[in-house]
Amino acid sequence: MKKKKSFLEFVSDNTFIHILLSIILGFLVGAIFLVVMRLSVGEAYGRLFHSVSNVKGITYVIVYSVPYIVAGLSVAFSFKTGVFNIGAEGQFVVGSMAAAIVGIRFGTLPRPVLVILCFLVAMLAGAVWGIIVAFLKTKWGINEVLSMIMFNWIAFYLSNFLAGRPGIKSEGSAEATANISENATLLFSKDFIKKMGFAPTANGGIFIAIVIMIVIWIVIEKTTLGYRLKAVGFNKYAAEYGGINVNKSIMTALAISGALAGLAGALQLMGMGGRISIFSSQEGFGFAGIVVALIGCSNPFGVFIAGLFYGWLMYGGSKLNLVGAPTQLINVIVGTVVFFIAISVIFANLKYLVKSKPGQK
Amino acid sequence: MANKYLDMNTPVIEMRNIVKRFGNFTANDGINLTVHKGEIHAILGENGAGKSTLMNQLYGLLKPTSGDILVNGKKVDMNTPRDAIAAGIGMVHQHFMLIQPFTVTENIVLGDEPLKGVRLDMAKARQNVVEISERYGLSIDPDAKIEDISVGMQQRVEILKALYRGADILILDEPTSSLTPQEIEELIKIMHNLTADGKSILLITHKLKEIKESADFCTIIRMGKYIDTVEVDKVDENDLASMMVGRKVTFKVDKPEQEPGRVVLDVKDLRGVDYRGVEILKGLNLQVHAGEIVGIAGIDGNGQTELIEIITGLRKGTSGDVMINGTSIFNKPPAFGFEHGVSSIPADRQKHGLVLEFSIEDNLILQNYEKEPFSSKGILQRPKIFEHATQSIETYDIRPGNSEKRPAGTLSGGNQQKVIIAREVQNDKDLLIAVNPTRGLDVGAIEYVHRHIVEQRNKGKAVLLVSFELDEIMSLSDVIDVIFDGSIITTIPGSEADENYLGLMMAGGKES
Repeated sequence: MKKKKSFLEFVSDNTFIHILLSIILGFLVGAIFLVVMRLSVGEAYGRLFHSVSNVKGITYVIVYSVPYIVAGLSVAFSFKTGVFNIGAEGQFVVGSMAAAIVGIRFGTLPRPVLVILCFLVAMLAGAVWGIIVAFLKTKWGINEVLSMIMFNWIAFYLSNFLAGRPGIKSEGSAEATANISENATLLFSKDFIKKMGFAPTANGGIFIAIVIMIVIWIVIEKTTLGYRLKAVGFNKYAAEYGGINVNKSIMTALAISGALAGLAGALQLMGMGGRISIFSSQEGFGFAGIVVALIGCSNPFGVFIAGLFYGWLMYGGSKLNLVGAPTQLINVIVGTVVFFIAISVIFANLKYLVKSKPGQK
Repeated sequence: MANKYLDMNTPVIEMRNIVKRFGNFTANDGINLTVHKGEIHAILGENGAGKSTLMNQLYGLLKPTSGDILVNGKKVDMNTPRDAIAAGIGMVHQHFMLIQPFTVTENIVLGDEPLKGVRLDMAKARQNVVEISERYGLSIDPDAKIEDISVGMQQRVEILKALYRGADILILDEPTSSLTPQEIEELIKIMHNLTADGKSILLITHKLKEIKESADFCTIIRMGKYIDTVEVDKVDENDLASMMVGRKVTFKVDKPEQEPGRVVLDVKDLRGVDYRGVEILKGLNLQVHAGEIVGIAGIDGNGQTELIEIITGLRKGTSGDVMINGTSIFNKPPAFGFEHGVSSIPADRQKHGLVLEFSIEDNLILQNYEKEPFSSKGILQRPKIFEHATQSIETYDIRPGNSEKRPAGTLSGGNQQKVIIAREVQNDKDLLIAVNPTRGLDVGAIEYVHRHIVEQRNKGKAVLLVSFELDEIMSLSDVIDVIFDGSIITTIPGSEADENYLGLMMAGGKES
């Protein structure tokens, strides 16, 4: 009994194990759905794992992951600083569109200049989108969750509107923007991709994601800025008492978070998409960022891993129809994982299960 | 105070040789406790002595490592609070467990609702609640929402909740820590009503005065060990204090005579409104000199809170002025006042004083994180911050030691207060504001806090003390200002203070 108890305690006290358990449970629930649909669990999950069995698959996963990682970092940063950036979706969209406009209209600029310019305008657009909401909150006390959700829709329709404007819209019949200049993409050279056996959209975005991850970690853990934002996030009353300007901190936090989401939009565009379609519904990269931040426990390194995990599910999930399984299965798995993480406090209480059984000493 | 309802022949609770270990740490080391029918039994001990651990075992929240618990002479296994409730034990926690937007009735019946078929019978519930409340003289408004009633009322709701579940033995955990003196008096009356009806009460506290006023017996616990059980009538407060702390305790604060210096804080004709927009400060004037402690005595709600919030920059005043060393800090942000010489020990240490999730080392630099040597060019200098914490923990006796990286929320109340004092005193500002600095602290910690406050005065700092503990005001202050209805109505030298006179003035009485 003694040994088992200490095992339960180990499980209860370890956040990483909670996440792992949630993921396992997510796959279990997914398996139940497969069984109900009379599909082979082994075949479907086999396909999922098989998708990363070669270099091409792995590079695909990495390419898929980049926007999720950066959007996840955006939301994680907001969690750490006490605001809930549910507006990452809108910031992602405006960032992406800003980068697209620059990437289309200034396509003749040299590549390094254009890439950096695209990043900057995307971050600026995302930051502005975040600051407006923060301003409404601090100035008039408007609930940021509500205004963010509205700003997500404003961004969505704004993007669709701009994508259809002459000078931006594709000259062909596609309901999308023109392709951004090659100088604005992050793609590796075709020869290099071929030589290495990478996925055709293999690009340098992952390095940007790694840099951002480290920068965010440093900001949160090592700087006075991080100290100030966290203090406000944990206890704004004590922060105010200690002389910190709470409103300014909330604006700063949302601006940084918004800039990251905007950058995530640019990375998606410049790494994979190449153009922005006129969509009929929100794409959900920003919302996925919330999921990634949750799975990664808002820790920058955790978010990085979680982003890769999410990217893998998205890429691997797209292969599921090859075995006749619906790709929506992935949503079931992700939803279940998030559900269990949200209630992971039950894992933390596992150790009490043993204690409350009567007749035990 | 002989309790004629006390039945010494009927023990209702016996805890025998209770030992509770957490790993290598022994929280309770062989504790014995017997409570009789109709008895008020106090459990006295310093913060962290093991009082709450003991009571949590009685209430089924923790399981003893060894030892027996008997209820009404029968051995019982308390595995969950449900078992304790079934055995007739009810507990009122220090921090209330009430649902704010629910009404009093809804809170009381929650989890044990009278039903009409499958539907909740609210009328019956209300009637039950009214019956119990009348029976024990615990008057409440059954239809009021919890968020709208005072802390004292909320406590009554908690007591009613326990009674509603049929409790014959009530555990009250630090019941007076957030009550006003009047509310405390009423609580004691309620406790006597309950014992008159044959209930027994276990009172966890470290306030000696209340034990003297209410309890029949008192069991003293020190560092997890059983010290003694005494008949309260046969001992005085000093005896209880020394048993609790394990050494002689001095209630008198040594304070050398000292001439006050220049004016440090000057509040002129200050007006301000409270959170509802009602004028609560009505032209208040106040001065604090260097090297003097000015105590503000008054009943809660006469403007003390707003006065301090305006001085510290958390609230804007409507007119008047607040000057520090001749510079106006009126309606400036908190950081401005801090730069010009205001430091403060806030009333609510968990809300305003500390970021509980932050480590001790981070809490110690709350106002100074942007300054050398704690940061340089925006980068925190961790080794320096750690060093500062190590030195503060040692100098200010913050326990446990080596706790630089521990979240402040894991410390006991007394040690949290020490962290704040370490920070504010080391800020070395000309004015130190202390609001209820010893609320919820035990005798040892109170002595400690008082010593540091007086030390600041001796070093020539101006100290403004706001406290609802009249004893504290009287023993520390050089000058006492009585606040009533938004202004200072009288100023008297601390040496001439007299409890009756102060009480009269606090109620707004004029000198005859």
